[in-house]
Amino acid sequence: MKIVMEQKKDSKPLTKQSNIEKENKPVALNIKKLNIYYGDNHAVKDVSFSIEKNAVTALIGPSGCGKSTFLRSINRMNDLIPGARSTGGIIYEDVNLIGDDINVVALRKEIGMVFQKPNPFPKSIYNNITHALKFNGIRSKKKLDVIVEESLRKAALWDEVKDRLHESALSLSGGQQQRLCIARTLAMKPSILLLDEPASALDPISNAKIEDLIMELKKEYTIIIVTHNMHQASRISDKTAFFLNGVLVEFDQTDKIFTNPSKKDTEDYITGRFG
Amino acid sequence: MNSKVTDRIATSIFYLIAATIVTVLVGLLGYIIFHGFSKLNLEFLTSPSSSFRAGGGIGNQLFNSFYILFLTMVFTVPLGLGGGIYMAEYARPGRLTNAIRTCIEVLASLPSIVIGMFGLLMFVNLTGWGYSILGGALALTVFNLPVMVRVCEDALRTVQRDQKEASLALGITHWHTIKTVLLPAAFPSILTGAILASGRVFGEAAALLFTAGLTTPTLDFSNWNPFDSTSPLNVFRPAETLAVHIWAVNTQGLIPDVREVADGSSAVLIISVLIFNLLARWIGSAVHKKITASK
Repeated sequence: MKIVMEQKKDSKPLTKQSNIEKENKPVALNIKKLNIYYGDNHAVKDVSFSIEKNAVTALIGPSGCGKSTFLRSINRMNDLIPGARSTGGIIYEDVNLIGDDINVVALRKEIGMVFQKPNPFPKSIYNNITHALKFNGIRSKKKLDVIVEESLRKAALWDEVKDRLHESALSLSGGQQQRLCIARTLAMKPSILLLDEPASALDPISNAKIEDLIMELKKEYTIIIVTHNMHQASRISDKTAFFLNGVLVEFDQTDKIFTNPSKKDTEDYITGRFG
Repeated sequence: MNSKVTDRIATSIFYLIAATIVTVLVGLLGYIIFHGFSKLNLEFLTSPSSSFRAGGGIGNQLFNSFYILFLTMVFTVPLGLGGGIYMAEYARPGRLTNAIRTCIEVLASLPSIVIGMFGLLMFVNLTGWGYSILGGALALTVFNLPVMVRVCEDALRTVQRDQKEASLALGITHWHTIKTVLLPAAFPSILTGAILASGRVFGEAAALLFTAGLTTPTLDFSNWNPFDSTSPLNVFRPAETLAVHIWAVNTQGLIPDVREVADGSSAVLIISVLIFNLLARWIGSAVHKKITASK
């Protein structure tokens, strides 16, 4: 699967090796001076940081601070918004995802996304997962069955739905629907998962299940999660990035951010003084 | 006057309006069907009309109506679907799109008699076909297309945005998303729109007066070769539809039973349109259940 349609031979890409030397941990995404605009609105300003592989990175901040915009720029979902443009770099496997030469269809298979509101297709549970697989040419029933089971197991949903795979996905509860959406994304075998407040529309029990699932999934995937729930961020993430008015105020180990933040704004936000 | 009383008055006014509408509708339908009821028999529905004697039927007219309707929908649905998909999914907001939208709206509000005149120039004179079924169907396509484009566009737009995002986020192309997510979700409304448009087409007379004509040649219903001049399937023959027939017998009919034929034809017409409407609902919900796997 090629993300870049035409790779420029002469451009010297940033090698993964240099990142490892710098941070001692493999890097999944390297964000360099990223700016995102919606028309005249400068939504994300000069953001630079790197996202660790096989770890959970939480993005926190008040509504409208640019964290969702940032998340949606990683798999180019912002392309759907007329007037949205970005500059700078999101480097993934030596490739700048911001470029015009990016094959967004291939990119979105590598970097999957789960949305705030569970959005299963109004099809059967089984077809929700096979929808994208069939598009990618997997037709064999046997193969599809295997991937469906595997994905549902990974999303901790298999035991609940294995006897009703051909019922409508809309008959599931909200929490189950959200795990189905995760399963559907996992079926594409992505390397990075983008979660946009995946549990905010769910009840506490479903919420806890999603959190357990995220802890389980980070062994295999790099996870970036936007959340408004401070407790959730502190419970599940390894690193936390605090955004305010489009600026990355602080990025550090989650423990550090929640116990001893170095910026006053961060402290004010996590202690609930604004936002 | 306190708010409780106001609320009660408003409620009763709306009930009154609803009751008026229902009464008028039921009264109208009842009147037409009651008067035409005696004519609703197989003989009237199948025998050819007569020019002078009493006892003529509407067999040819009924066939012509359905045939023209069928051809019109064959032209309208793919074009309307394509236009609707373009307007909903591909057209970028801007001057060109606004111009196209204005054109569609103007076209949609053109009086059907004007479309009839246009059809006369285009499909009758310019093509040299004379009055023909094909000309009538094309004129009705012009008449119907803007509505169909609008119906398809609206149906696609009302599909929730998160469905589209879900599909695109899975690495599925725009076109495949339209095909497998948006169109199935929009299908019930598109179908309903198409069937309601059928009702409009079926009852249309003015646009057909100058395009499909006021006469029907003698038809041989055992001859199904579409290139033969006596074949009912021949698209280049003139064809008087049911709605045109009602107008014709009322204004220039020489038969003694003008009143009965007109009443009977009206009843058949209105029952057909009623059936279209019921079908629209029934098929729409059946298909919706099938594709969403809901019970």
